Amino acid sequence: MTDPVLSVSGLDVRFATPDGDVHAVKGVSLQVARGETVAIVGESGSGKSQTMMAVMGLLASNGRVAGSARYRDQELVGLPLKRLNTIRGSRITMIFQEPMTSLDPLYRVGRQIAEPLIHHRGLGRRQARARVVELLRLVGIPEPERRVDSYPHELSGGQRQRVMIAMALACEPDVLIADEPTTALDVTIQAQILDLLADLKARLGMAIVFITHDLGIVRRFADRVYVMKSGEVVEEGPVGRLFAAPAHAYTRMLLAAEPTGRKEPPPDTAPVLLEGRNVKVGFRLGGGFLAGPPIEINAVDGVTVRLVRGQTIGIVGESGSGKSTLGRALLRLNHGTGQIRFEHHDISRADRREMRRYRRELQLVFQDPFGSLSPRLTVGQIITEGLLVHEPRLTRADRDRRAVEAMREVGLDPATRNRYPHEFSGGQRQRIAIARAIILKPKVVVLDEPTSALDRSVQKQIVDLLRDLQARHGLSYLFISHDLAVVRALADHILVMKAGRVVEEGPTDAIFDAPRHPYTQALMSAALGHATRPDTAHAAG
Amino acid sequence: MLSYILRRFLGAIPTLFVIITASFFMMRAAPGGPFNLDRPLDPTVMANLNRVFHLDEPLFTQYLRYLRNLLAGDFGPSFIYRDFSVGDLFANGLPVSIQLGGGAIALALLVGVTAGVYAALRQNSFADYFVVATASIGTTIPTFVVAPILSLVFGVWLGWLPAGGWGDGAIANKILPIVTLALPQIAVIARLTRGATIEALRSDHVRTARAYGLPARSVVITHTLRASILPVISYLGPAAAALVTGSVVVETIFGIPGIGRFFVQSALNRDYTLVMGTVVVIAIFVVIFNLIVDLLYAWLDPRVRLD
Repeated sequence: MTDPVLSVSGLDVRFATPDGDVHAVKGVSLQVARGETVAIVGESGSGKSQTMMAVMGLLASNGRVAGSARYRDQELVGLPLKRLNTIRGSRITMIFQEPMTSLDPLYRVGRQIAEPLIHHRGLGRRQARARVVELLRLVGIPEPERRVDSYPHELSGGQRQRVMIAMALACEPDVLIADEPTTALDVTIQAQILDLLADLKARLGMAIVFITHDLGIVRRFADRVYVMKSGEVVEEGPVGRLFAAPAHAYTRMLLAAEPTGRKEPPPDTAPVLLEGRNVKVGFRLGGGFLAGPPIEINAVDGVTVRLVRGQTIGIVGESGSGKSTLGRALLRLNHGTGQIRFEHHDISRADRREMRRYRRELQLVFQDPFGSLSPRLTVGQIITEGLLVHEPRLTRADRDRRAVEAMREVGLDPATRNRYPHEFSGGQRQRIAIARAIILKPKVVVLDEPTSALDRSVQKQIVDLLRDLQARHGLSYLFISHDLAVVRALADHILVMKAGRVVEEGPTDAIFDAPRHPYTQALMSAALGHATRPDTAHAAG
Repeated sequence: MLSYILRRFLGAIPTLFVIITASFFMMRAAPGGPFNLDRPLDPTVMANLNRVFHLDEPLFTQYLRYLRNLLAGDFGPSFIYRDFSVGDLFANGLPVSIQLGGGAIALALLVGVTAGVYAALRQNSFADYFVVATASIGTTIPTFVVAPILSLVFGVWLGWLPAGGWGDGAIANKILPIVTLALPQIAVIARLTRGATIEALRSDHVRTARAYGLPARSVVITHTLRASILPVISYLGPAAAALVTGSVVVETIFGIPGIGRFFVQSALNRDYTLVMGTVVVIAIFVVIFNLIVDLLYAWLDPRVRLD
């Protein structure tokens, strides 16, 4: 390689913890040439972020770094802070995964973008401001003269990430490190940010280091790829070769981890299980003593859903589209209105006590496998808690037997049932949450983004598990997700939601192959434009 | 902004009304009266006194009379300090208490915030442990222990400062009472600041500031200090109201003519008007300081909207 602008060799990162040292990065070496786009790919905990944090001198206070990281001829490891501060933010800049929190909420964005200009370039406030407006225009912020005086909370997530990019470009860096810059954003916004980065790179010619877990982004965006696993680089090479002929087993596993398969629709004779007609959920914002009337917002605005036995309806849409709220309204877990029927019962007006009869047949699995399990109960207790309510006559031994059964069914070792949730990984916890739902032998399960917090390879396992459980027990699913690849693999019918309304619905293939509504089209092109098609990924693996 | 302040004051009126009403009737429900002394008074004298002070009227009539007078700015006569009206007592004592309380707040903020930030920047170092330990001790030692010790050491042994007395408000006389009042506040503020600073230093936007090569000083002063004092501001609202309305212990030990001593004396002596006056003054201060806190908070944190 000619003229590496950033070169890392034998980089080691360790964190001192009460349980001993954690060796997060183990002898990583990588080079970034001038103007090159390098992707570092790996699942959570692979050390991909920590490698770059170490280069930037941003490790947590218990982190220690050894080895070498050079910017041109300058060694960065062990460089005194004063000297390091002349490089970071100026020659090497960084944008982060969390656009919502990476900007200081207490200052106007213009001032924050100006800070590196004033500090590194010695610009005065007025000159800096003019340059900031120019930068905001460059990153596609509308009305930059006005937005320069906005506070971060007045901007959307996508706009905040644009502001971060403006800040990163302010001093015309040689290297831009992007740490999962689109993970926290909706797909259409993701696509915009990626396009912006590609465009800026073409115009300004800096090198980009792209840290991501999303292979679709890598394929579309990067020149070369480093694949990391457990703190080590396991494979490295040009994008084309890596996707066409992955050498390492782990890379092949990552490539094959896109969810695959299709769901056949249930027969036409299948009875209707759960039906909601003209469902509305409104929220009041503001208002109060002497503050005037509150603002009414309809999170779900007249949606009709019909779920038949054995069916999986995928509800897709961006954050704030009302898809989770709809799921809850159908289970009568919020104050939604509209006619809701379960089997032959009208449950629109059932109160909490009447609903209890139906609860065991209408179960819910949440997105966050960390927050939705009580940390103070053992896994066995968590799984069998519903039995205490719905089958109070069971003895302790009966419940234990049922717990063992349910855990086997979701692929967990029943011997672990006396442990606590924090001893399990994210994927295992999601299995626990599923076991808690299916132990009651439900008919309908609402799955609210059950795979969104998980790595791709784990996602695939959960998708397989859900499909398997459905076939075995004839379950019906309402599958809420913004992840179109997962929805495509699991659902046979799709509702596309936007701003509380269904803009399009139909069989999965029809929606994916020939979306009619412009919003669906935008969603599809944004998601599939950079996501590996399941079939091709499979062929590659 | 102005309309917000106006609305807040209007909103405070019902609050004050409830406080006044509740304290009026609770106070009168307690047994005894201002003229029940150790040596019983002659019944005729007692009846005369009660008539002069309208204590012979039905309770509700007295309540209405009190409200009417209060609206006209008249707190009524003190039953115990016979030569003074309650208004006079506050006019003399309140400035003294406000000077001491204000001085204590300023001192507590200066020392507490500095110590808290310093400790946070050197988390888990000796300096940090020292600040945390001192702050813990500071919150546990009561003022009635600190005040005599300070008076003894600096007033009597070293002779640097007056051991007590107001001295017509000479600065030397204010130092020890102010320090005594400030010490427990310093402890609380240092702990709050330390916690908030540590949290702010861990936040993503501070990582951003560091990633952009800003010097350590500007990272701390620009990007953490504001966040660090937000919880202190919240705490200071009620605390400041308590400070400027005086302290029984400090005023008694240092012999200072503030209004703090009225709390206890008036309650024990059933000096009805003075009890009510104290309640009203404290309630007004609480309302005002809470408003100031909210305004300050909104000024420091643009995410908070007042309207």
